[in-house]
Amino acid sequence: MIALGGRISLLVALACCLAGLVAVLRARTRTVPGPGAARWAVGVALAVTAAVALMEAALVGGDFSIRYVASTTNRTTPLLFRVASLWGALEGSLLLWAWVLAALTAWVAVRSRTAAPRLWPGTAGVLLGLCAFFLALLVGPADPFARLPVVPPDGSGLNPLLQNHPLMALHPPVLYLGYVGMAVPYAFAVGSLLAGPDAEEWVAVSRPWILGAWLALTAGLLLGARWSYDVLGWGGYWAWDPVENAALLPWLTATALVHSAMVEVRRGLLRAWTVVLAAVSFLLTLVGTFITRSGVLASVHAFTQSAIGPALLAGLAAATLGTLALLAWRLPGLREEGAVFSVASREALVVFNNVILLAMAATVFVGTVFPLVVEATTGQKVTVGPPFFNTVITPLGLALLALTGAGTVLRWGRSTAADLRRMGHVAAAALAAAVAAAAAGVRGTATVVAVGAVAFTAAAQTVEIARGVRTLQAAGRSLPGALVEVILRHRHRYAGYLVHLGLAVAVAGIVGSQASRLEVHRLVRVGEVVHAGGYALRVDELRAGAYPDRLVVWAPVSVADGGAALAGGREPAPKVVLRPSQNFYRHARTPVPTPAVRSTWREDLYVVLMGFDPGSQTAVLRVVVSPLVSWIWAGGALMIVAGGLALWPPRR
Amino acid sequence: MWLWAALAVAVAVLAVLGAGLRRDPRRLPSPLVGRPTPAFSLPLLNGGVLRSEALRGRVVVVNFWASWCYPACYDEAPHLQRLWDRYGERGVVVVGINIQDTEAGARAFVRRFGQTFPVGRDRTGSIAIDFGVVGVPETYLIDRQGRIVFKHAGAVTEDLLAARIEALLAQGR
Repeated sequence: MIALGGRISLLVALACCLAGLVAVLRARTRTVPGPGAARWAVGVALAVTAAVALMEAALVGGDFSIRYVASTTNRTTPLLFRVASLWGALEGSLLLWAWVLAALTAWVAVRSRTAAPRLWPGTAGVLLGLCAFFLALLVGPADPFARLPVVPPDGSGLNPLLQNHPLMALHPPVLYLGYVGMAVPYAFAVGSLLAGPDAEEWVAVSRPWILGAWLALTAGLLLGARWSYDVLGWGGYWAWDPVENAALLPWLTATALVHSAMVEVRRGLLRAWTVVLAAVSFLLTLVGTFITRSGVLASVHAFTQSAIGPALLAGLAAATLGTLALLAWRLPGLREEGAVFSVASREALVVFNNVILLAMAATVFVGTVFPLVVEATTGQKVTVGPPFFNTVITPLGLALLALTGAGTVLRWGRSTAADLRRMGHVAAAALAAAVAAAAAGVRGTATVVAVGAVAFTAAAQTVEIARGVRTLQAAGRSLPGALVEVILRHRHRYAGYLVHLGLAVAVAGIVGSQASRLEVHRLVRVGEVVHAGGYALRVDELRAGAYPDRLVVWAPVSVADGGAALAGGREPAPKVVLRPSQNFYRHARTPVPTPAVRSTWREDLYVVLMGFDPGSQTAVLRVVVSPLVSWIWAGGALMIVAGGLALWPPRR
Repeated sequence: MWLWAALAVAVAVLAVLGAGLRRDPRRLPSPLVGRPTPAFSLPLLNGGVLRSEALRGRVVVVNFWASWCYPACYDEAPHLQRLWDRYGERGVVVVGINIQDTEAGARAFVRRFGQTFPVGRDRTGSIAIDFGVVGVPETYLIDRQGRIVFKHAGAVTEDLLAARIEALLAQGR
């Protein structure tokens, strides 16, 4: 019953899509397009919403006659993860994808019909065409409502790694929002190219969407890093896994796009470049979709082998070649309005930042597809590991960070001598920070340079914010009042500074945690004390508990200050008791460890129970001590909050 | 000029991604292919014990499965039965080895699919370890000389195995 309803909803959605496309073609010659196609787009969104609601009903109600439900849930799956199972496997995640896309399409088709009528036919056409493509996948090779010939008594359950952490409920949809959101600026850009060489309003219309998609990608990446840190038990947060790279690629180009769009709107420069960036960012989201869902690369994220690979590749090829043809036709007609600009200006720094971001994207892309190239040409299997990415990305990333600071200090147009002097002061502060770090025992050229770059950018943002605050303080405001008011008055500008500050803090965390990480792997008896990086750890006991969906074995570990315990020669007085555990899910063949973390602003103590033997009362512990990890989350959170501040609609 | 460069890059990337579709990143060739089958003795569900020596001189399909393995084991179960119906008379033996499962689950599965070929439980998991089984389902094809000639991870189909079985039967004559 549910399966039939779901399938019908998807077919209705596809029909609405096609009807909408016909309406767009008919309306393209009118100055203000009629409401026809926009209504069809709303119909698509409603029909896909019905399909999603039915799928959720099947997942929550445990309708195991539907193949998707039986393969992602079972009777013991907790409610949160039943709901989240919608994006736990291939077909459901495509359904979520189509849903987000349909909702954005309806929103844009309704709003921009009158707000940007010239762009509208191309924009609505692109978005409806994309909807049609994904819906065709859902009614064809990736049918989420496919039924089983025999109804099993119970389902096989979600991958245990996916039901071990509440972020599973958040990370995928947020990331999809970013992926799908990139389609909107692309659609506006295509609408502009189709409308003619002077339809430059697309950038202004797209800016909230560019920022929104960028924000969702940022949040998705950050949540993914946090999930990886909390769940996977290796004490890291980024592995240069192909699918992580696939999400990083559009983030890099979208970051470039956020900045070049700013230059376009303010100065009328970089027009063709901004169009190209919007196109590349969108095409990279398609590449990411292909890599994740076709099974071409092995990854923790890859879904099982599926038949939709060729269909996705065909869609990607059509979008790429179509976009290229459109660019070849229209780009030569685009004229830059502004004059040549000074090197000591923000627009020049944006150009440099774009070049570096694109170089980073190209590097990551080459590293990601290199195994495919090698296998296609020589038949050999190779992998490209973190050393390659770290070696190439570190210098580019540090240069980018330094440019971020410089761009903040400089002005639009032409900087004054006072600006350049201020740049000198900020640079001197950064140099002092780097020297202080080296003197304090920080080793490694890259790390010392990184300290300098972080200090430079953080100082530049702080100085700019302080200058704004001081102006208001001079007018008699209190310090906190002035800070809030200056940010709210020029929200976009100060939100930008705060995002940069967040980036500097996050990079500090990344540098700190990479530079000196300590890892201890030990077999210990219950009661024995292990020392690791200034901590003394003692496994107090081994305990077990049964839950409906799993059996949990945990080891309470008392943690004390290692130095004090040694000096006193006594029993260490525990600061905190950590409880790393192993989870044995039904139907899963290997246990899933859940690490326990003690996080302070200085460093994280990360303890994983790798194994245990109740007979001999021993446990295998992995203890990782990494500095400044919490800075990554704090800096990332600041980036997201500040980005949200810029996105918040203006007061009318 | 830039257009041709962009077009060349785009086509090259698409070609590489397309070539990637034909590879399976998870396919790890079994080191046992070409080697003699590990000896085993399998207690059968309906009594008796099946020893690997008894299978010498026959083409054998060894299938590792579990009743919780959903949906792959459910998909392939009818195919295995059809292979047994089709080739049993010609001396081919299908052997089901149930691993990491309960007795009741295994029996219910066999009853549901009406399986008539020999099925037994590898209670200790030692047979699966000897075969290097990574997950369920996995299927091994053994020739008349007792060598493993083919391994497949994931659900098998009748067609996938039939062609290979025919070849092995023809070879032996």
